[in-house]
Amino acid sequence: MSRKIGDVILDLQNISLRFGGVKALTDISFNVREHEVRAIIGPNGAGKSSMLNVINGVYHPQDGKILFRGQERKKMEPHMAAVQGISRTFQNIALFKGMSVLDNIMTGRTLKMKSNLLMQALWIGPARNEEIEHRRKVEEVIDFLEIQHIRKTPVGRLPYGLQKRVDLGRALAMEPQILLLDEPMAGMNVEEKQDMCRFILDVNDQFGTTIVLIEHDMGVVMDISDRVVVLDYGKKIGDGMPDDVRSNPEVIKAYLGVGH
Amino acid sequence: MGFFIETLIGGLMAGMLYSLVALGFVLIFKASGVFNFAQGAMVLFAALAMARFSSWANAALGGDSLFLANLIAFVGAGMVMFIVAWVIERLVLRNLVNQEGATLLMATLGITYVLEGVGQTLFGSEIYNIDVGMPKDPVIMFESLFEGGILINKEDFIAALIAAILVGVLTLFFQKTPIGRALRAVADDHQAALSIGIPLNRIWVIVWCVAGVVALVAGIIWGSKLGVQFSLATVAMRALPVVILGGLTSVPGAIVGGLIIGVGEKLSEVYLGPYVGGGIEIWFAYMLALVFLLFRPQGLFGEKIIDRV
Repeated sequence: MSRKIGDVILDLQNISLRFGGVKALTDISFNVREHEVRAIIGPNGAGKSSMLNVINGVYHPQDGKILFRGQERKKMEPHMAAVQGISRTFQNIALFKGMSVLDNIMTGRTLKMKSNLLMQALWIGPARNEEIEHRRKVEEVIDFLEIQHIRKTPVGRLPYGLQKRVDLGRALAMEPQILLLDEPMAGMNVEEKQDMCRFILDVNDQFGTTIVLIEHDMGVVMDISDRVVVLDYGKKIGDGMPDDVRSNPEVIKAYLGVGH
Repeated sequence: MGFFIETLIGGLMAGMLYSLVALGFVLIFKASGVFNFAQGAMVLFAALAMARFSSWANAALGGDSLFLANLIAFVGAGMVMFIVAWVIERLVLRNLVNQEGATLLMATLGITYVLEGVGQTLFGSEIYNIDVGMPKDPVIMFESLFEGGILINKEDFIAALIAAILVGVLTLFFQKTPIGRALRAVADDHQAALSIGIPLNRIWVIVWCVAGVVALVAGIIWGSKLGVQFSLATVAMRALPVVILGGLTSVPGAIVGGLIIGVGEKLSEVYLGPYVGGGIEIWFAYMLALVFLLFRPQGLFGEKIIDRV
């Protein structure tokens, strides 16, 4: 592969997150390097989604530090993650159901719009030219994901696999530095899973986007990730290359139970 | 025939005014998923502000220019509605992100009482007039076509025209501009909108502002017709069936729903009234809404919600 893995872009140190008395994450540290595909795996309830939401700024951990490009991140508003170049997809698809595929992906360009609100509202001058520019970018994303034929379809009418793809498209339209994928393969059939894997690898390869993905399907993850973190009951039980993780006895125990 | 058309036109014009109030509901529902019970109170609040500012400005200008006084009052009332929107976002909505629809509905019910109370504390509770120089005299048109011509109330006509323009502008705003798209995005999914960097708080202030301006225009028109008083808040209740008919999520729906109900009320009153003893105008809209709720709950243009189970 042409891409090469760079320096640490995101560094999580001793993260702990509690909801009242429930410990969702306990003292978790790991890092993400630029241009790599980093997976977070673990059984149901392991804290994977909580971890993603911490990275994305939806949850604020009680303890621990998050360094993004070497700078410590203070408590932030959720939309600030997007401003910093972190985009995400959702486990339960969170598309804008009433809108067409095109409009959904166009919303991903919101932050790239430079003309001011008044101009956008009045739809004049630079705002208009800008829209055309963004539209071109969005068409590239549409071509990339091979969804030209459903461009104008309201997303509510699309089958599940395609909705997932549009969700990815919206995140890609932001031209993110880090792309967070929350169970991108959940609920898909084999063919859809293969397509999704291909798209994830292509994104990583062609745009150099750093990818952090959550999955509980071990098989898929091991094939496409560079490094894997394993969580169980909110604790980190493994971290390393897919092969190391696969042979880690604690991971095997967490996935298969004791006594096997 | 002439009389039928006269009734029809009267109905269409009344309907346009319903549409205007309904539009306020639809705007806020689309952008924040909140059924805004306070829309009626906002109409009252805006009308009160307008009426008082207008008379104060008029007094300050020595009664020379009613137009200038009204212009100042309009800008002033617009600013008041902006402040209202900002305060509502700051104190109420911001704390209720991602809550159930019912929670938000109850919150707007609370806003209703606060607005009604604060409005009357600030501006007093007498009955005021708004005089924006609307011509009150009716005109007779098409005398050559129909015997006796068609009687049209000029005031209604101008009001309907203003409403139509506002509705047109808002439709374009929602469907064609990037801001409109961001508004629709927020309406569909708060979490997802945040994840792509749409600043939820700012969007909500914008929407409530727009709804405030719509309430202001509705308040001026209704206020100049009926006088500004407490009962203006109940105008919103007249617009409820319109929203049910047209669909809560559709701007065109609010317009068509308003027209249907305006026309339906007038025609049924005139042509069915004699058989059932009159008074149809009062309940016709609600009956129609009930029928729609039974057979087409998403309204004429609303989005049918199909959930994956």
